[in-house]
Amino acid sequence: MPAPPCASCHAARAALRRPRSGQALCGACFCAAFEAEVLHTVLAGRLLPPGAVVAVGASGGKDSTVLAHVLRALAPRLGISLQLVAVDEGIGGYRDAALAAVRRQAARWELPLTVVAYEDLFGGWTMDAVARSTAGSGRSRSCCTFCGVLRRRALEEGARRVGATHIVTGHNADDMAETVLMNFLRGDAGRLARGGGLGSPGEGGALPRCRPLQFASQKEVVLYAHFRRLDYFSEECVYAPEAFRGHARDLLKRLEAARPSAVLDLVHSAERLALAPAARPPRPGACSRCGALASRTLCQACALLDGLNRGRPRLAIGKGRRGLDEEATPGTPGDPVRPPASKAVPTF
Amino acid sequence: MAAPLSVDVEFGGGAELLFDGIKKHRVTLPGQEEPWDIRNLLIWIKKNLLKERPELFIQGDSVRPGILVLINDADWELLGELDYQLQDQDSVLFISTLHGG
Repeated sequence: MPAPPCASCHAARAALRRPRSGQALCGACFCAAFEAEVLHTVLAGRLLPPGAVVAVGASGGKDSTVLAHVLRALAPRLGISLQLVAVDEGIGGYRDAALAAVRRQAARWELPLTVVAYEDLFGGWTMDAVARSTAGSGRSRSCCTFCGVLRRRALEEGARRVGATHIVTGHNADDMAETVLMNFLRGDAGRLARGGGLGSPGEGGALPRCRPLQFASQKEVVLYAHFRRLDYFSEECVYAPEAFRGHARDLLKRLEAARPSAVLDLVHSAERLALAPAARPPRPGACSRCGALASRTLCQACALLDGLNRGRPRLAIGKGRRGLDEEATPGTPGDPVRPPASKAVPTF
Repeated sequence: MAAPLSVDVEFGGGAELLFDGIKKHRVTLPGQEEPWDIRNLLIWIKKNLLKERPELFIQGDSVRPGILVLINDADWELLGELDYQLQDQDSVLFISTLHGG
């Protein structure tokens, strides 16, 4: 049985059915609809005002490739300029190949590219070193927990270096839904409350962030990349099989097969949750070491790095975080002394 | 009763890693009793092309959730999924979405 005609142009055969509306569209009409939706997300949320210098978190992967491509097409209309910022976590055999893809993209799109490396920002700690450090800790390795925190910090630093006013990342609806599941499964009420919405307005000196693709399902991101013939890097991070997110992802994929709207519905539900008074997180203050937003004495990045440097990597992971309140004050003998790279980046 | 068919089987989005890294395969499917639908194509692929870790590509009698299937550049959802009857010179593309972006 042949595919039905495109519901938009009625000329070509439909190439896909959109998950939310069930509308059958051809490749060209789908791409146009996808771009129009991203534009709508940005305009309706007032996410990227005219004159914004937008740092795009670029990993070479499918989401950031589609994000950069679409924003570049929309840039004249929005009156924004783009900067690509890539983070080198120091994962041998993986990140080098991905960065090569980003460099190709930067050249093809004629966009400036800045690369920031964990090794330079975080006192020599590459992800490979973190992984070795956390290897003996039993259960599954928690190196992904470190990477998530440090990458956000690195992206912030890269964005500052290029004078950006906003940061955008390629998180899609599936990523958002997986995060909701993860937070539920971990009993992380604080994150459930803070996550979602239209990104962060930028508190405590941090740059405003948003996710223009957050309402696009992962399947549609991949199909867009296919129909636009975009070149992206598609290998899995070598540490990804150990990440907790994999469980959430498997569950989500099975749910989606049974009920395609489950992905967006999950995010929708999380946004409408109200927390019980006992669960509401405390008002955040400033990290005593680097000044970034923190709900405890130390922000997560400083706390994680502290644990690594003390040879106790699990110190800052999990709910208890016991022992953290009795830290050494800066300048304790034995701590290496380095001039701060920037105000927002911890040094040891 | 199905006649022999010549089809292009392609892999993308990382799925090619399970097939020796080769993205495009020109395949001749032999004449056989059962029809050449996608269900039987998957069985054939598992037996003849898949080099490692079948559970990353196939689940039950279908593809693992998260692997998109495009037949002649159209989502297989529109064409009957596993029941689609392959024609000569058809092109079937499997794109994995299961990696970071």
